Amino acid sequence: MHGRLKVKTSEEQAEAKRLEREQKLKLYLSATEAVLQKRQAGQLDESVLELTSQILGANPDFATLWNCRRQVFQKLEAQKSPEDLAALVKAELGFLESCLRVNPKSYGTWHHRCWLLSRQPEPNWSRELELCARFLEADERNFHCWDYRRFVAAQAVVPPAEELAFTDHLITRNFSNYSSWHYRSCLLPQLHPQPDCGPQGRLPEDVLLKELELVQNAFFTDPNDQSAWFYHRWLLGRADPQDALRCLHVSRDEACLTVLFSRRLLVGPGMETLLLMVDESPLAVEWRTPDGRNQHSHVWFCDLPAASLHDQLPQHTFRVIWTAGNAQKECILLKGHQEGWCRDSATDEQLFRCELSVEKSTVLQSELESCKELQELEPENKWCLLTIILLMRALDPLLYEKETLQYFQTLKAVDPMRAAYMDDLRSKFLLENSVLKMEYADVRVLHLAHKDLTVLCHLEQLLLVTHLDLSHNRLETLPPALAALRCLEVLQANDNTLTSLDGITNLPRLRELTLGNNCLRMLSVLQPLASCPRLALLDLQGNPLCHAEGISEQLAELLPSVSSILT
Amino acid sequence: MANNLPSEFDVIIIGTVLKENILLSTIHLSTYSTSGLPESIIAAACSRSGQRVLHVDSRSYYGGNWASFSFSGLLSWIKEYQEFNDSLNETQAWQEQILNNEEAIVLSRKDRTIQHVEVFCYASQDFHEDVEEAGALQKNHASVTSVNYTEAAHSVYVPSEDESLSTVSCEIPADQTASSNPESGPEVNDVEAVAEKENHCHDKTHVQATKENEKNENVPTAENNAEQLRKNTITYSQIVKEGRRFNIDLVSKLLYSRGLLIDLLIKSNISQYAEFKNITRILAFLDGRVEQVPCSRADVFSSKQLTMVEKRILMKFLTFCMDYEEHPEEYKAYEEITFSEYLKMRKLTPNLQYFVLHSIAMTSETTSTTIDGLKATRNFLHCLGRYGNSPFLFPLYGQGELPQCFCRMSAVFGGIYCLRHSVECLVVDKDSRKCKAIIDQFGQRIISKHFIVEDSYFSENICSSIQYRQISRAVLITDRSLLKTDSDQQISILIIPASEAGTSAVRVIELCSSTMTCLKGTYLVHLTCTSSRTAREDLEPIVQKLFVPCTEMEKENEEVAKPRLLWALYFNMRDSSDVSRNSYNDLSSNIYVCSGPDCELGNDNAVKQAEALFQLICPNEDFCPPPPNPEDVVLEGPSLQAEALECSSVLEVNSETCNKSLFLGNPL
Repeated sequence: MHGRLKVKTSEEQAEAKRLEREQKLKLYLSATEAVLQKRQAGQLDESVLELTSQILGANPDFATLWNCRRQVFQKLEAQKSPEDLAALVKAELGFLESCLRVNPKSYGTWHHRCWLLSRQPEPNWSRELELCARFLEADERNFHCWDYRRFVAAQAVVPPAEELAFTDHLITRNFSNYSSWHYRSCLLPQLHPQPDCGPQGRLPEDVLLKELELVQNAFFTDPNDQSAWFYHRWLLGRADPQDALRCLHVSRDEACLTVLFSRRLLVGPGMETLLLMVDESPLAVEWRTPDGRNQHSHVWFCDLPAASLHDQLPQHTFRVIWTAGNAQKECILLKGHQEGWCRDSATDEQLFRCELSVEKSTVLQSELESCKELQELEPENKWCLLTIILLMRALDPLLYEKETLQYFQTLKAVDPMRAAYMDDLRSKFLLENSVLKMEYADVRVLHLAHKDLTVLCHLEQLLLVTHLDLSHNRLETLPPALAALRCLEVLQANDNTLTSLDGITNLPRLRELTLGNNCLRMLSVLQPLASCPRLALLDLQGNPLCHAEGISEQLAELLPSVSSILT
Repeated sequence: MANNLPSEFDVIIIGTVLKENILLSTIHLSTYSTSGLPESIIAAACSRSGQRVLHVDSRSYYGGNWASFSFSGLLSWIKEYQEFNDSLNETQAWQEQILNNEEAIVLSRKDRTIQHVEVFCYASQDFHEDVEEAGALQKNHASVTSVNYTEAAHSVYVPSEDESLSTVSCEIPADQTASSNPESGPEVNDVEAVAEKENHCHDKTHVQATKENEKNENVPTAENNAEQLRKNTITYSQIVKEGRRFNIDLVSKLLYSRGLLIDLLIKSNISQYAEFKNITRILAFLDGRVEQVPCSRADVFSSKQLTMVEKRILMKFLTFCMDYEEHPEEYKAYEEITFSEYLKMRKLTPNLQYFVLHSIAMTSETTSTTIDGLKATRNFLHCLGRYGNSPFLFPLYGQGELPQCFCRMSAVFGGIYCLRHSVECLVVDKDSRKCKAIIDQFGQRIISKHFIVEDSYFSENICSSIQYRQISRAVLITDRSLLKTDSDQQISILIIPASEAGTSAVRVIELCSSTMTCLKGTYLVHLTCTSSRTAREDLEPIVQKLFVPCTEMEKENEEVAKPRLLWALYFNMRDSSDVSRNSYNDLSSNIYVCSGPDCELGNDNAVKQAEALFQLICPNEDFCPPPPNPEDVVLEGPSLQAEALECSSVLEVNSETCNKSLFLGNPL
């Protein structure tokens, strides 16, 4: 048709494009080569700046070339007058901006900017803040820029209140912004310092309530946005507990002293130092962990010499001093007693409420109410369900036990991908509740049968337990931490799916072990049992290994001291 | 120019084109561009497809209803309605050219699309006027427009249809009504009569003013207060003096961010000729207060008016609307009920029902079904976030820019634009019943294959069987925004639901000065609805709810609440959008009719119409494909097109524009 424009065909276009690319590549390679040659020859002059800028302008992620530029700058700093240098720096800042426009997430470019500015006598920080604001306008989740902003704010000593207002602004625009929420979590404790708090400190209640309202706005608007829930968890989270010695136990029979710490630690030469004072005089001992690995552990024990346990005095006093933790504890072994201990009760110390803080329960209560309200609207929101469970635990784990279990049911149904995680969490909470109940009852017997447990945790808290029933659960293993139960005499673990027994090792008092109806196949998994000196009764009925030929003989050989083995 | 016109084209578009308006240019040396949007799109598409396009303006007066005006331009537009009738009887020299086997379709020269134009001026008319005089005017409902001291003296126009003259635009004080006889006369005589009458009541008003003056002591006024206010207030003379800062659209529309027009602008690359701004907020008028409607995720998050639970309910409902078709169980059972009942059924709180029904879906409470509402809501949400935090865009310098962009495209591809060139008639072959040519004002016969005519050109005998709908429009200049916030540069849309059965919702669009449509310190407010009465009868109640006349003394608290009216214009515009082709009597098949603007918020109708007509003219051709990259054009000798392409780069956007404006493109 007449009047038509003649346009190149797509082949022609492709060919033109290819030639152009080829040309570009040639230039790129030759410039790179030239730079590297000059660098090798030590010719670090302004021509290198020119050459590298050609390449970096197109590809700002070439780290080596940024290094070249830094070398050139270092050299020029010594040679140039301050005015010339200032002009160079100004040009460099402009160049960096153009590189950031090419790739706003280039590590090398942001790093070079930090480097350059921290070398200036009087950098223009307000301009840098403006730059950050502009880049965050374009992409509010550019964490490179957030990083740089924190650097600038620190250098320029920007008041935290201003930075907080900036995060307000960005959160208002789009609250799906981990960086912004995180920045708040750093700024708020600075703005509202609280006495007697670690760096992760808590907030005054009025500030906390305002933050909770803000974050509630976010999760009511979009309950599927994780960033708000994470911040919510931070707000309600609590600082690490103070270092303490939770329990001291001394046994005359085994001639040993066992210590339970508030956190895992490594005791030994060059590590944490523990001082043992027996009747007020120091005693040098060798500390070990119950599982024999001597790695980081909550529980450590040592053998005591007979001299420390003799029966002449009415009592012996044992004091353990943890120097680094600035903590100590004392326990007394009375004459005629087999053992003595001193411990902090889990019921007093709220040991198990570590998921959420012990903030005023009114705050937690109102949070729980809002979350329940949200849950009614969004019955299938996993974040909401999980938060409800955590809040209930923080408020009163025993009171809410039944309700919590129902929420776990729902949670597993709506998020089957994480069912195993929920099961483990549920196991943990049930175990905690059982421990609490046991301590309220002031007994040393723990019943955990028929609780659908999938994992055992907090075992270190069971240091004093003598009878433990784990029957009818879904346990696959008795973990090494079980070795911490140094008073355990009877362990029932029938009707699980156990395949390994690593934790039944070095249990000095274990007499009875029932492992009926489990999945034990190999004789070798019973090996750890040989280290339990008093084991007399072992029930293995209903395990696959019972069907093996000559099993009785093999067992007798492996566990010669066990008088009664049922297969 | 006319003498050199080629005598043969493929497509002739008889509409309004980039037009230097003689009348206006005598007052201000400014060039106005107007053109119907569908015609311009067809012109661009046809030129792009290699058709030889002639775009002629056949009117002797300013015409297109898609136009933008400067303030003085608008005053002259009003004035022109008084003068166009003069040219009715011209010599019909062209008749000699009609052959025996031909007949002529005479094009109408009278615009019947605009009616009931009424103007009010509330702004202080002179700086030096003393407070008493200004205060005296307060009792008048509105000071009469006819400002003796300015050009605007003649700006009042009385409708030329068979109208009772009692609807004269000036609001006559009660004791004056007697003197304004309810005389009604045939339209031809109107102009003079009006002028006379106009002067008459004018004088009267002044008398009244003086009377008021004397009684002034009795009126409890806080004069100091008033004086203070006046100092910060824009005066009428400022508006006139700075009239070029205004770009006042006759149609008030917005672009849906994913509407057909945006798609077309992007696809054809015509978007490069324009700049846009995002509408910044959606407002609602609830319990007598103007509030911002939370409609995006960020709005809902930061809204202070919604409770936590409302936030969830709203977000949940909107999320559902995004892909409602995938959840038939949620709405299938409720297809028969209205959307408003459906919202109630979904347990939205009354506030949320209002927001969704009127501000988001913008549907009628009584007539829209569940499906209508869900569709509209989805469309709204679909457009949200493409270019910003609202679903709408507004072109800088006004809606009138858009037809111009398409005309540029047409010109770049060889379209010929003929200014001040009127067409006398279309020539139809008696045997084939096809249109063959046009005859222009110089008697030149220009033949063509296709003829595109805006419907307002057809004389009454062609349109006799058509019942037109009307659009009621108001254009206001105010001194502050309907809802004050930190930023005074907000572009807002506000829907006011129908107050009674049989009326329609009123759409209010408030433009700030950074849209380049009004003077700094003022706001341009457009009101639009489907007419049930005259524009003023339809819209004045709303205006009174939202604004206070500048002349009225304000109480302390009111001052903060309501923006003050400086100037107001009402008019009705014909809506021919739903007229089917068959309704035109005896029309040749190669004459294509473009309708004037419709009442919808978006521009989809114009694009659909243009594309449909283009497909008739150029079947199987791509509609407005992107122009080739200038580098890819193969030059063959002195190619005009190539030159034209080069030129296109000159047509870049204005440097005056705001740096926050948007260039269209695919969003990030």
